[in-house]
Amino acid sequence: MTCTDHQGENALTDCPGTGSAQAGRGTACQGCPNQRLCASGAGEAPDPAIEEIKEKMKTVKHKILVLSGKGGVGKSTFSAHLAHALAEDENTQVALLDIDICGPSIPKIMGLEGEQVHQSGSGWSPVFLEDNLGVMSVGFLLSSPDDAVIWRGPKKNGMIKQFLRDVDWGEVDYLIVDTPPGTSDEHLSVVQYLAAAHIDGAVIITTPQEVSLQDVRKEISFCHKVKLPIIGVVENMSGFVCPKCKKESQIFPPTTGGAETMCQDLKIPLLGKVPLDPHIGKSCDEGRSFLVDTPDSPATVAYRSIIQRIQEYCSLHRPEEERTSLVPETRGDMDASSTASAS
Amino acid sequence: MEAVAEPGNLAGVRHIILILSGKGGVGKSTISTELALALRHAGKKGDPYMPCRHPGSLQVGILDVDLCGPSIPRMLQAQGRAVHQCDSGWVPVFVDQEQKVSLMSVGFLLEKPDEAVVWRGPKKNALIKQFVSDVAWGQLDYLVVDTPPGTSDEHMAAVEALRPYSPLGAIVVTTPQAVSVGDVRRELTFCRKTGLRVIGIVENMSGFVCPHCTALCPWTPSSRGAWRRAETLSKSSPTALPFTHSPP
Repeated sequence: MTCTDHQGENALTDCPGTGSAQAGRGTACQGCPNQRLCASGAGEAPDPAIEEIKEKMKTVKHKILVLSGKGGVGKSTFSAHLAHALAEDENTQVALLDIDICGPSIPKIMGLEGEQVHQSGSGWSPVFLEDNLGVMSVGFLLSSPDDAVIWRGPKKNGMIKQFLRDVDWGEVDYLIVDTPPGTSDEHLSVVQYLAAAHIDGAVIITTPQEVSLQDVRKEISFCHKVKLPIIGVVENMSGFVCPKCKKESQIFPPTTGGAETMCQDLKIPLLGKVPLDPHIGKSCDEGRSFLVDTPDSPATVAYRSIIQRIQEYCSLHRPEEERTSLVPETRGDMDASSTASAS
Repeated sequence: MEAVAEPGNLAGVRHIILILSGKGGVGKSTISTELALALRHAGKKGDPYMPCRHPGSLQVGILDVDLCGPSIPRMLQAQGRAVHQCDSGWVPVFVDQEQKVSLMSVGFLLEKPDEAVVWRGPKKNALIKQFVSDVAWGQLDYLVVDTPPGTSDEHMAAVEALRPYSPLGAIVVTTPQAVSVGDVRRELTFCRKTGLRVIGIVENMSGFVCPHCTALCPWTPSSRGAWRRAETLSKSSPTALPFTHSPP
């Protein structure tokens, strides 16, 4: 699919692509509202912030994105508990960055609602839950829990740039980036801005049902398109044990084989399956670590196994050898080449 | 900008309802689908609460503006269907034999089902405007608009494009836990700021009916304090829907 600003029967087919050398210059561009912008080449120059962020990220050893095409599968829950688990070793410095600008859940899940961000000479200070666990979210910049962030893409992109460039993270072993669902501005921006700084990889969260997997396959396509390594997939809410009769059932039945089949088909590691434990929601609502609250739960065991596999992946990672270019189109949308297929 | 009803492809649509939630995964698409199917079968002759052109069956359209995660085609078993064109624009896809329920989704425009729509805001806005102005909806009793989570480009584009047609309002969907209700409070603020009436709130997944013992189990805690705040903001009491069957 390409530029949709065209009218007429050739819409969606004749646009050369906003990243193309013919952008703004082709016959199909005549009359397109974007023609002047494309022809000017204004979008060609890389954003200087990319280099600034590269410098800033030199003190960050590992960067992990937590993604899902689908909403409500447990990205923020997983991001928060990944951060908690890594920070249990007081010698490991952990940073948790929430780039879900419209729906910032991390402050609540981390028990940091109402905290404010302070500025110093070296930039914004993250909110520290522990000495070795710092958190940043747009939620800390809102004056009321009812405040809605009704922003279009460019403004959200600007906020993400500030989070990466202006937050004084210090020396960090792991930077975990929690994202909103989808494959849009926030995802493109975080990949673009971290392009020169190198991302270790993405952990992709799903639930077992096909409606989720459908969206997650698109997310995997996105990762392939932007050359973002995939650490693996986590299947969340995988089975529910009835507290009354103790029998297990599937709230979200894996009618098409669940994440296991998807990962086999796409040759991507399945990091693990986490069963649905009502205590997870309770801990998140109360801003506490579920791993500490309910250490014997099968969900805790699953989480810890998954987190260990992520740590092993990061420790085997060699940035000098595996550094690849992650710079996608720098202007506007990723158009003619912006739809990618997982297969 | 003053909203003025203009003749166009939505001129024959009587009522427009948006399904919103600040939170993802609460069941917006499921509820949009179930609402559309329920409306299709509603409407008895002389029913003052459900006036319709053809008693016994309403004509319902579903507009899926979740461009990154279009779920509705699969939910209605309409994946892979083609969108045709007519003089008035794109013809929505009928998902039933009686042709009472029509659907437009970006899912129909993808070459492959796994194709990712990796677009920034302006391009999403343009397609949503096209979905509103260039789809030949015809005569509809209800148009249900399913949205992605959040309060961003898609929501602003949909509200702006639909404003001239005086939408009935929005149904806001949440789940019981405080994290969801927190996002819904923000969505209610969005409705207030954009002048969109809140028809009501639905608390989805309010419990799980165990298929083995039929007990209704809370699968996640319910945040009553947050609920009270949401009720104040929306001036209506939420309706609770438990899990009673497997979602699609």
